[in-house]
Amino acid sequence: MAINCTVNKKKVSLDIDPNTPLLWALRDHLSLLGTKYGCGIAQCGACTVWVNGEPMRSCVLPISAVSNAQITTIEGLDPAGKHPVQQAWDELDVPQCGYCQAGQIMTAAGLLKNNPHPTDQEIVDGMSGNICRCGTYHRIQEAVKLASKKFKK
Amino acid sequence: MKTSRRDFLQKTALFTGVFTLGFDWFSADASAMEVVGSAGRFNAFLSIDSLGKVILYSPNPEIGQGIKTAFPVVVAEELDVDWAQVQVEQANLDTKLFERQLTGGSGALKHSWERLRKAGATVRKMMMQAAADQWKVDVRTCKTAKGVVLGPAGQKATYGSLAEAAAKLPVPSELTYKDRKDYKIIGSRVKGVDNKNVITGKPLFGIDIRKPGMVFAQIVRPPFGASLKSFSAEDVKKMPGIIDVVSFKNKVAIVGENTYSILQARASLRCDYGSDAPLESTDTHQKWFDEGMKSDKAQVMRKDGDFTAAIATATKVIEATYECPFISHSPMEPMNFFADVKADSVLLAGPTQVPQPAQKAVSDLLKIPTDKIQVEISKMGGGFGRRLSNDFVLEAAELSSIIKKPVLVMWTREDDMTGGTYRPAVRYHFKAGIDASGNIVALYLRGVGLNAGNSTRQDNFPVGAIENVLIESIDQKSAVTTGPWRAPITNFLGFAEQAFLDEVAEAAGKDPIQMRLALLDKVKTKPVGKITYEPARFEEVIKQVAEKAQWKKKPGVHQGFSVYYSHLSYVAQVAEVKVENGKPKVTKVTAVTDCGEVVNLSGAENQVKGAIIDGMGHAMFAKLNFQAGVASPNNFNTYRMIRGNEVPVIDAHFVNNGIAPTGLGEPALPPTGGSIANAIYAATKKRHYKQPFN
Repeated sequence: MAINCTVNKKKVSLDIDPNTPLLWALRDHLSLLGTKYGCGIAQCGACTVWVNGEPMRSCVLPISAVSNAQITTIEGLDPAGKHPVQQAWDELDVPQCGYCQAGQIMTAAGLLKNNPHPTDQEIVDGMSGNICRCGTYHRIQEAVKLASKKFKK
Repeated sequence: MKTSRRDFLQKTALFTGVFTLGFDWFSADASAMEVVGSAGRFNAFLSIDSLGKVILYSPNPEIGQGIKTAFPVVVAEELDVDWAQVQVEQANLDTKLFERQLTGGSGALKHSWERLRKAGATVRKMMMQAAADQWKVDVRTCKTAKGVVLGPAGQKATYGSLAEAAAKLPVPSELTYKDRKDYKIIGSRVKGVDNKNVITGKPLFGIDIRKPGMVFAQIVRPPFGASLKSFSAEDVKKMPGIIDVVSFKNKVAIVGENTYSILQARASLRCDYGSDAPLESTDTHQKWFDEGMKSDKAQVMRKDGDFTAAIATATKVIEATYECPFISHSPMEPMNFFADVKADSVLLAGPTQVPQPAQKAVSDLLKIPTDKIQVEISKMGGGFGRRLSNDFVLEAAELSSIIKKPVLVMWTREDDMTGGTYRPAVRYHFKAGIDASGNIVALYLRGVGLNAGNSTRQDNFPVGAIENVLIESIDQKSAVTTGPWRAPITNFLGFAEQAFLDEVAEAAGKDPIQMRLALLDKVKTKPVGKITYEPARFEEVIKQVAEKAQWKKKPGVHQGFSVYYSHLSYVAQVAEVKVENGKPKVTKVTAVTDCGEVVNLSGAENQVKGAIIDGMGHAMFAKLNFQAGVASPNNFNTYRMIRGNEVPVIDAHFVNNGIAPTGLGEPALPPTGGSIANAIYAATKKRHYKQPFN
């Protein structure tokens, strides 16, 4: 039986194995390639998307669990790249290789949605579930802070 | 950087009004624009069309080191155009246009600096000549600014308007380069040219490649040293979404329609392996280290004076043994590659640091000439040296040739972490003798590496300052595959050398910084043997870091020092450790780097900070164990990567002395383990001899 859900405000129907992790449904079946595979066991955060507005690890989330859910991927955050977190990421030149950054951005945007003005420690704690092998951690933390200021305006 | 619509309309008007007629420019896309201007590919690195669109081609693979931004910065500076006007494109493999189209050894800017400047300055001169001809003035009276030639009587002509005429001129032989005080782009903070695509989730990486008719595959590889005896394919082939199961070179490839089908099929696949010799374990490797240290078959890498005689006269002898394990590169994007092998042509696409050797290797494997093999270079989700090996390219090509389909071979994280070409495991033994005044009179080093090649760097400072030196290396062959890992060999040797010197300084009763400065003074006044580094540049980074970090002037803060020369750059570091709840915590690292001219300050800071975090994380946590030829751990739950809540403050400074730029992707890593270990010792009186520390 097909699983129906909404991805980036578009209704989609997935007639595939209901155990398929959302990550692979997005990448292999919906051609949304912005969400990245990093570990497959919810350890690195590269695959982070929003499910009903909450950041989730799509690599371990079967599509059967997202029936009727609203899913937002990096492509849907703001396709023009104008979301405060995206703007901050560009302004502070955060990416090195860039591979983990979709997950970092979705985590950061989720963090700020729930807590628009986090303390430095809340930023560090909120972002430390995401691995960046290039070591862009300082700029990630600064960019979350900058994005938080942009929300104020 | 796309031309804005307004810009575009203005330039169209400058070129000719004709093209605006009967065409809705407001919906014009990039491909429509291509049709209009007659593109002038002035040289390998740049083209300017009649509309003034400047495209700069970056030939070297981008793995996160920022080369796709840094190269065009240099060309744009000498071309004298506004950075906002420039569009950057990744050039695919083209052996006729480019030399050294690879990423490795922190060598790209060192190699290409003059070429890039020349590429820009040549076209700037041609633009000036075209304008001078048009205005009938002496070219020496013309100037340029932001892509416009300025004449002596106030004339102005854009590069776009001059492009056609300039393209017909002979290439000038005499060029003038900008004075560095006039640099507008070089040395400024330039944002990554791919940022916009990264933050909006565009498909940029190898894993994102999609081609018509493409299938997916994963490959099950044998334990190191084992061979495939049999496997159960029939049931697996019948599973949903599975297209084929084939075997080659002791591997089993599962070909399918999508990733999840393949993952499920893998869980059902049974492979039986055998081996002629016992398979390796970590115990085997320890035994080999012990034997290597006792062996009389070491290769002498450097000999100055008479170490044996000198050590006998020493008043104090310091000895220490250091050891590092095999570790994985673990870039965030696991290995993957696309190949489409047809009878007489091949398309390769994906993340490789070495497209030309990849092309050659596939040519040798499939007996198809290189001119029939096209290589598209994708952006890479990290490399760290892993993508200097072409094992994954060859696998994809061989599989495509067997199944006769375009295929994207994907490695899981577990495949990536257990699939080899690791940083080699190495053990070092150091011995130093000091005389009554605390001077080092004799130095010995033996490195025993497992598939490490020469595990020493025999000319490294303080060699050159010591009269009696003996450096030896032994390489033990192992079935565990190895390859370059960010700052090959020095990523650990740097720690061992800098930790040992700290111990020697303590035994000699000297300050670690003063001891090094005295040794460098010796190199300047009375060098011993061949010297491969510049002592004055060493001194400068040391003095600057001592000042910036307030060396030994911060009460309650425990500091550790290191300094290293690698990839032609110099990096000095002071690490700081505080003891919290009885445990040492690295709170800050100050680094001063001499990489010559800083091309992009933003990118340079990223490289230094990233390399320090990389060096610290791997020194603290990374280790692979082996049992029956199989590596463990195999994923990030047990193979610890440093995280954002574990990084110290990093204060990165650059000497920026205007010398032609040298490497920056690697040089800040080798000194990191040493500065941190020395700071931990200052805080706890406990020395680390093995990595990982934890």
